[in-house]
Amino acid sequence: MGDFWQETSAQLARWLARLRREPFNLFFTLTQPIIFLVFFSSMFQKVKWVGYEDVSYRTFALAGIIAFAAFGNALAGGIPLLFDKENGFLTRLLSAPITRSSILVSRFLFVSIVTALQVLIIIGLACIMGATITTGIPGVLALVVISSLLGFGVTILSLALAFSLPSHGTFFAIVGTVGVPIVFLSSALAPPEAMPGWMQVVVRLNPISYAVDGMREITLRGFDFGHLGWIALVLVGFDVLCLALGARVLSRRLA
Amino acid sequence: MTDDVVVRATGLKKTFGETVAVDGVDLEVRRGEILGLLGPNGAGKTTTVKMLTTLYRPTSGTASILGHDVGADPKGVRREIGYVPQELTSDGYLTAQENLRLYANLYHLPPREIPTRIEEVLRLVALENVEGRLVKTFSGGMKKKLDLACGLLHHPRVLFLDEPSLGLDVQSRRAVWDHVLALKKSGVTLLVCTNDMDEADRLCDRVAIIFRGKVVALDAPSGLKDALGGDVVTLQCARTENGAVATLDRAVKALDFVRDTLVAGNRLLVYVESHERAIPRVLDAARAAGVEIESLSYTRPHLEDVFLRHTGAQYSESHVVPEPKKGRR
Ligand SMILES: Nc1ncnc2c1ncn2[C@@H]1O[C@H](COP(=O)(O)OP(=O)(O)OP(=O)(O)O)[C@@H](O)[C@H]1O
Ligand SMILES: [Mg+2]
Repeated sequence: MGDFWQETSAQLARWLARLRREPFNLFFTLTQPIIFLVFFSSMFQKVKWVGYEDVSYRTFALAGIIAFAAFGNALAGGIPLLFDKENGFLTRLLSAPITRSSILVSRFLFVSIVTALQVLIIIGLACIMGATITTGIPGVLALVVISSLLGFGVTILSLALAFSLPSHGTFFAIVGTVGVPIVFLSSALAPPEAMPGWMQVVVRLNPISYAVDGMREITLRGFDFGHLGWIALVLVGFDVLCLALGARVLSRRLA
Repeated sequence: MTDDVVVRATGLKKTFGETVAVDGVDLEVRRGEILGLLGPNGAGKTTTVKMLTTLYRPTSGTASILGHDVGADPKGVRREIGYVPQELTSDGYLTAQENLRLYANLYHLPPREIPTRIEEVLRLVALENVEGRLVKTFSGGMKKKLDLACGLLHHPRVLFLDEPSLGLDVQSRRAVWDHVLALKKSGVTLLVCTNDMDEADRLCDRVAIIFRGKVVALDAPSGLKDALGGDVVTLQCARTENGAVATLDRAVKALDFVRDTLVAGNRLLVYVESHERAIPRVLDAARAAGVEIESLSYTRPHLEDVFLRHTGAQYSESHVVPEPKKGRR
């Protein structure tokens, strides 16, 4: 365990140092969801969804924007590994006596830290813009936890994809194509009841929807521990599934 | 003396699709020696080392480092070895010191010892004055030295260096050679890939010449040269049209005292017992064959001659073609 933590924290320190070195990257990473927040909430300002007539779209969309940010970060989580693979850094790393999963865990921890920062920035800004969170500080913490549960599985998928695809071109093509539609095919921006039937089915299968439902409840209604427990269970199940799949790909790639 | 064998490879083979990169390599590296893998581009040196360092799984054959099998106990192998790849692999967005700290932790050095150890290796490769600079601002040679330093941090008992002086200036190359020899003195066993004859000759206790995935000769540099025996007379043809070199080759081969010949571009290498008696008769033969000789030289064999003898004209050609892309997996 001591060894594992030493390896993992050293790699985490590498990611953090790199983020610090690239202030523009840091700036855009942290502000990108704000653009969505402003953009979506202004665009749909007049929209009132059935069942949510009492809240502004801004407040309604807050949960969706948070999930969007978590998903986006996680989906991009594999990108630096692509470059490590292509420039030989990874080869060198793998010749060291490290547990292979430390590569994944350090990256996941990094993505989680960035996501948590983003979530706090989004919430802060949304509150300034007039959104409210009924559950207060505990609610904010719960939002961070849920976004992290969603991010874990997606980060693992992104890393597995990074390891198994032949080049970064292919990776960007795939992620660029599926990334945004996956968010639209969730309950992030509109409640599923407002969508056609086939879409509702897809939305129900999308783990983002579960994260959004949980977060929306926390932002708009309050803590319903039965429902939140169920949502946590679904997301953990999703994470376990991704981990099993990722472990299979990675054990083949990281012999 | 099996205990004295630190690295052992038996029948190592690696294929990539149709390409046979390594084709049945048997090697033994003895404790405290420097074994060189000498071969032209694409011979299979890097692939061999990647199998020995657990980065590639052999298609067939086995290998072990200090008794740890590369397939069954890869982590055991990785703990014992240091590996400095052919490509430059330090992270450009970190400082030299941060790169070193990363590797110190990946090799599980006790945290208390890390700062002193980093200072030691920085001094060893003469980078102590630039430790705080981002590596992307380093020259190629500085990066190479940093890579080397990363491989030395944990006092590995076996060190794999893939073309350690590639891209270094004369001074840095000497410095690297000095480090390597100092490491050997301190008991480290080294396996060094190179396509530089000079490096192999000066550095290595034994040299394995590797060609098309096979070890075609293996001995101490002096032994390899002695095996060629005698002298090498090199003839440079004035013109190469109409197969002048081939004509010359045929004429010279017919002489009874000529042991062997080798065509390398517009040069013909003639292996003879003694050059004094050979030169006049070789020139006579050339004149008789109607081939004009531009220059002539003779030498005791160099390692290069040994190399050319075993790898054929391929070598001189591979010097002309651009180097294949490096660093792809
Ligand atoms: N990952 C790979 N996929 C496909 N072919 C490969 C791969 N790695 C090496 N090869 C091929 O295997 C052969 C041996 O390559 P290798 O890199 O071992 O040569 P080398 O002796 O190290 O050459 P150099 O002096 O250029 O470094 C070459 O023909 C090369 O094209
Ligand atoms: Mg090579």
